[in-house]
Amino acid sequence: MLPELGQFALALALVLAALQGSLPLAGAARGNSAWMSVARTTAHGQLAFLGIAFGLLAYSFVVNDFTVAYVANHSNSRLPLAYRIAGVWGGHEGSLLLWVLILALWMTAVTVFSRRLPQEMLARVLGVMGLVSAGFLAFLLFTSNPFGRAFPAPPDGRDLNPLLQDPGMVLHPPMLYMGYVGFSVVFAFAIAALLSGRLDAAWARWSRPWTTVAWVFLTLGNALGSWWAYYELGWGGWWFWDPVENSSFMPWLLGTALIHSLAVTEKRGSFRSWTVLLAIFTFAFSLIGTFLVRSGVLTSVHAFASDPARGVFILAFLMAVIGGSLALFAWRASRIRTGADRFGLLSRESLLLTNNVLLAAATGTVLLGTLYPLALDALGLGKVSVGAPYFDAVFVPTVAPVLFLIGVGPLARWRKVSLPELAVRLRWAFAVSLASALAVPLALGGWKPFVTFGLMLATWIAATSALSVWDAVKRASPAAHPWRRLAETPAAFYGMVLAHVGVAALVLGVTMVKGYETQKDVRMEAGDTVEVGGYVFRFDGVAKVPGPNYVADRATLHVTNRGEHVATLHPSRRSYFSQDKPMTEAAIDAGVGRDLYATLGDELNATTWLVRVQHKPFIDWIWGGALLMALGGLLAASDRRYRLTVPGWRGERAVGPAPSLLPHG
Amino acid sequence: MARALLLAVLLLAAGTAWTKEASPAADDPQLERRVLAVAAELRCLVCQNQTIADSDADLAKDFRAQIREKLRKGESEQDIVRYMTARYGDFVLWRPPFKGSTLLLWIGPLLLVAAALLWLFRRLVAQREERDVALSEAEHARAARLLEPEGEKR
Repeated sequence: MLPELGQFALALALVLAALQGSLPLAGAARGNSAWMSVARTTAHGQLAFLGIAFGLLAYSFVVNDFTVAYVANHSNSRLPLAYRIAGVWGGHEGSLLLWVLILALWMTAVTVFSRRLPQEMLARVLGVMGLVSAGFLAFLLFTSNPFGRAFPAPPDGRDLNPLLQDPGMVLHPPMLYMGYVGFSVVFAFAIAALLSGRLDAAWARWSRPWTTVAWVFLTLGNALGSWWAYYELGWGGWWFWDPVENSSFMPWLLGTALIHSLAVTEKRGSFRSWTVLLAIFTFAFSLIGTFLVRSGVLTSVHAFASDPARGVFILAFLMAVIGGSLALFAWRASRIRTGADRFGLLSRESLLLTNNVLLAAATGTVLLGTLYPLALDALGLGKVSVGAPYFDAVFVPTVAPVLFLIGVGPLARWRKVSLPELAVRLRWAFAVSLASALAVPLALGGWKPFVTFGLMLATWIAATSALSVWDAVKRASPAAHPWRRLAETPAAFYGMVLAHVGVAALVLGVTMVKGYETQKDVRMEAGDTVEVGGYVFRFDGVAKVPGPNYVADRATLHVTNRGEHVATLHPSRRSYFSQDKPMTEAAIDAGVGRDLYATLGDELNATTWLVRVQHKPFIDWIWGGALLMALGGLLAASDRRYRLTVPGWRGERAVGPAPSLLPHG
Repeated sequence: MARALLLAVLLLAAGTAWTKEASPAADDPQLERRVLAVAAELRCLVCQNQTIADSDADLAKDFRAQIREKLRKGESEQDIVRYMTARYGDFVLWRPPFKGSTLLLWIGPLLLVAAALLWLFRRLVAQREERDVALSEAEHARAARLLEPEGEKR
């Protein structure tokens, strides 16, 4: 009975979404205030019904109701409670339910935080989001119903994929979806602006915090995914250029471009049409990501063709959303391309625009590599694989200039800057980065061009970030005490600096681990030792350890460094009752300067095991850097000026750009 | 002295058991490094998006053994890649070969960046010219007063 109630709640949510996608938009077009005011209620109603549906599905998991086919396929009576709940989004139907639930959350957030928005604007934004919601709810109900029953019910469930039985994987999809779906807000703002023909600094100011928060979630989601792959998949890799990874990486790249382009639109009034286009494409790539992962097209083009209902629905939806918004853009864009401040060939604007187009090109590159094998196969031109060697070769050169420009942009003036002036301001940062890039590899014994290049970029970003803080302090009210000036500098500025320092940390981590990681594969008996990166691992045998739904072979490794005890590691192999193949569980001793990574391989005979030990210098800086970026984003979004009303917006058009957020505006 | 101390500490830590250096999983670690370098470029055909080097599948183990055997016989890395491609097609290569059907794949990124930069350049130049026009219009009234025939031509 309860699952049927859940399905009913979904149907009601669809009705509300359809209402929200029509009445408020019509109301905004005709100036009907009553129609526009529907949006707020329908958004809250959807949240309530989707919350009920989600809760009921979770309840079916908790009580092991295997008559529900989705539960039977993704759970098991021996699965621990936490993973039974996480199992709700462990498969296709449930993760889509999570998708629409999160969309309802974002819609409600818009109603709560945008009270000062003019009524038509709010109505249009919520109307567009309502249309997106209706599309996804229809998809859910008609092709992917999570509440479908199957009789007779199996005696026990098939179990959740063991790879997903992990805290990292429990958090990864919700984070990612918060990011994906969060971009629907800025998308809705862009469409609303196109509909109203009013796209100005105030519009950009409203859109910015939403975009930044969505980007923060997507950053965390990607970082969590990478971290999960690192410790769960068991061979110490942390990025694979896997199509599924690429699907969430592309919206992140475009979202990064969008954040910067919005900044220019808000402060200088420039890049308006480009910003709108980016907003559309960022959300479009979120949808494409969902399509690629959910349609089955990645596993095989033929699997997609043999069960096309889902894929065709998403494809049609995708075309409607992207095609519709681009058509609207083509029709209305001429209206918004006015009143921009001009800027010189070399200026902060031109540098930011350069970064933007390069990020867009990088996104295109990832898309090309991801779709090429599918396209070739679909056209019958042969099967190829596009993997890490390809992406490393084409992505790194595209993004390296972007990383270099991170150092230049924040120190360049708006409107116009002269090359000699810029060179003088940057020379010390350049000297520092060059010196450290040459010295550090030598000190570590082993000069490699790749390492020098990476270190140079990382220290360049760090040094120029320090310089921009110094600059900000010098320029803000010169009479005040330096501490006072630091405190008066806006949070958005510190957010930017923090995020850039995060990029530097990430680049440093990638460079060091790629340049200096070492690994050894050995056969070990109790008492044997092996050394990597100066650490000695002593093998103390393997014990059988029972788990809730598996049995594990658990090894003990004592790690010492110059005789000092460092860590005790327990890499293991789990045999899940529901699976044939054992799963490796790596053991990691994490540290600021290095990770020690141990995996247990096959049992060779009663006393001897294969063991892989790895020394990974600075690898945690990769995720630390992502965390810094996310914190920077949060800090920027928290800037109190986003919460002030914009005076005079109700006038014909905001006169000139909004007051600058940055000290050197 | 330091070495003796280290040994003593290790012995203490090890309790009664004597420690010895573990033997490498491969008989020849030097060769194994080459095997893994080749294996990292090859796709594990039965796995999802894994390399022969990373995968734990039986097929991957078998491929690694084949690569090891061939390297030991003195075949070069290119020979092995060629052999694998002949048997399993381009699908087995993580780095697609450069040929007709992959032309766009390899030059695509270059075209994308070139197109992006071209668009950027035109955009920057265009908006600079706009300014020139704006400037001359701003001074137009004065210019018209000074040079009447020029002003009428406009």
